[in-house]
Amino acid sequence: MADMTAYGAELPANRKRIRPGLILTWTVLLLGGLLMVTPLLYMFSTSLKSAGQVYDLRLIPLAPSFDNYIKVLSDGRFMRWFANSTLVATTVTLSNVFFDSLVGYTLAKFEFRGRYFIFLAILSTLMIPTEMLVIPWYLMSSQLGWLDSYWGIMFPGMMTAFGTFLMKQFFETVPDDFLEAARIDGLNEFEIWWKVAMPLVMPAISALAIFTFLGNWTAFFWPLIVTTSKELYTLPVGLSSFAVEQSIQWEMIMTGAALATIPTLVVFLVLQRFIVRGVMLAGLKG
Amino acid sequence: MSNIPDIDAKGATRKGRTGFVLTQSGRKVIWAWSFLALPIVFYSWIRFYPTLSAFWISFTDWDLLRPATFVGIANYQKLFADPIFWKVFGNTFAYLIIGTPISLLLSFTIAYFLDRVTFMHSFLRALYFLPFLTTAAAMAWVWRWFYQPIPIGVINGILSNLHIPAQQFLRSPAQALPSIMVTGIWAGLGFQIIIFMAGLRAIPSTYYEAARIDGLGEWAILRKITLPLLKPTTVFLVVFSSIGFLRIFDQVYNMTSNDPGGPLNSTKPLVMMIYQTAFSSFDMGYAAAQTVVLFMILLAVSLGQLFVLRNR
Repeated sequence: MADMTAYGAELPANRKRIRPGLILTWTVLLLGGLLMVTPLLYMFSTSLKSAGQVYDLRLIPLAPSFDNYIKVLSDGRFMRWFANSTLVATTVTLSNVFFDSLVGYTLAKFEFRGRYFIFLAILSTLMIPTEMLVIPWYLMSSQLGWLDSYWGIMFPGMMTAFGTFLMKQFFETVPDDFLEAARIDGLNEFEIWWKVAMPLVMPAISALAIFTFLGNWTAFFWPLIVTTSKELYTLPVGLSSFAVEQSIQWEMIMTGAALATIPTLVVFLVLQRFIVRGVMLAGLKG
Repeated sequence: MSNIPDIDAKGATRKGRTGFVLTQSGRKVIWAWSFLALPIVFYSWIRFYPTLSAFWISFTDWDLLRPATFVGIANYQKLFADPIFWKVFGNTFAYLIIGTPISLLLSFTIAYFLDRVTFMHSFLRALYFLPFLTTAAAMAWVWRWFYQPIPIGVINGILSNLHIPAQQFLRSPAQALPSIMVTGIWAGLGFQIIIFMAGLRAIPSTYYEAARIDGLGEWAILRKITLPLLKPTTVFLVVFSSIGFLRIFDQVYNMTSNDPGGPLNSTKPLVMMIYQTAFSSFDMGYAAAQTVVLFMILLAVSLGQLFVLRNR
């Protein structure tokens, strides 16, 4: 919104007259953008309608009420799935931020025999699709008793080649002088990484954190395979089972879908600039 | 490992070899390997071993119950003789061949114009970006509802207001796959727009100024400057989007849960066939062979696209 006033004030003074083409472009873009969020608007709208009003396709409900939310949340399942997803996504994100950074830093800033080999080996795992690994992971999990556990959901994503590559790119831009100065001050190598290098790549860390969290929050395939008891479902898997069970009660399904969507939307509205920049960084460097 | 030329070693390892523990470079090497110790275990155990294991399982008849026995290429023979596999193979490529060009064309056009608009720019950008942050499994249900017949479905409701006959959408073998693909395109568009905009911003404005001085029109600038300079971004997005469509699963699973991959297998992608073979039929050997095929397809597509776009 800050854009609006800033540009509004600036335009008459030192810019060219607004061309009619630009107004047309803007209008078409606005309509397209509204079309993009239509599914979200309808989802929220229907979640506020009663069963009888679902067939009424107007966007603003006649008698909006939160009854559906109370009904869906009352048996505690969604709360549990929400907590599961939060726990899983947070743990995996912290692990990625720590290990991907540590490995990226080591590959960027240390000189040792085999460095190139390690880098290529990690990078090559990008070519292996998750779908190929799920059968061995399932076997491994059943032998080690990891099926139907939080660790079972989390272990495949604890480190990623994407994150390692991203962090390596950024650590390469950190000047060696900074690290050398810290070395002279008597910090050990771990402290140099954690206290000196890490703060210098905060934009990359936030990009990695956003991507990892979002990826794990919305992950469906592996959690669907590894969990069997409803108490351990993540939000997407839980929602899917909930929706199947509700059959044609669309207002309840929309309420469940809204509950799964609200957290990421709220986070986005709060951190919009941050997230867009993070996605740009990760997309361009990764 | 040792026969890889160690281009970075220079004096570092030489000193390390003679003075070992006390030299700074020697200590740094020890630090480096201790930092890498746990990740090496992780990548070996959770990435490389399972990869080899998947290849091995694909040559066995393992079904979780009886011990696996080696069956050679029987799973692959069975797969290539299976008409459902070829149906699924066609579906998987239909998602890719239709989905990728449409989504790239749309996202580039939107990014190109959005980049020039300053008034309420971040608001417009947010509208396009929001769907990227949603959960595919959740939004699949919203779209499924949209596609329902009258009087439930929103799209058919709008069509009937416009006096257009109602469409079958997910119930029709011809329309179901495109209907699901729209959901996939919608979900990925925001990311592609953001990346295209980042690419557009990275083109130095002096190029445009020079082109304008030379008297080039907007269209010529787009063709001769913007698109060629945007090639790395485009290559990245083509590969990223293709891989996404080849691995489509969440949407199909949730939009066809009453008849998975239906109607008549018309929407079933390879990943869904893998899921059903492995976790409904527990025919692990056969499923592993399917995952190997998926791996080969992904490998071929990413290498092929990089090659084609690099030589143009």
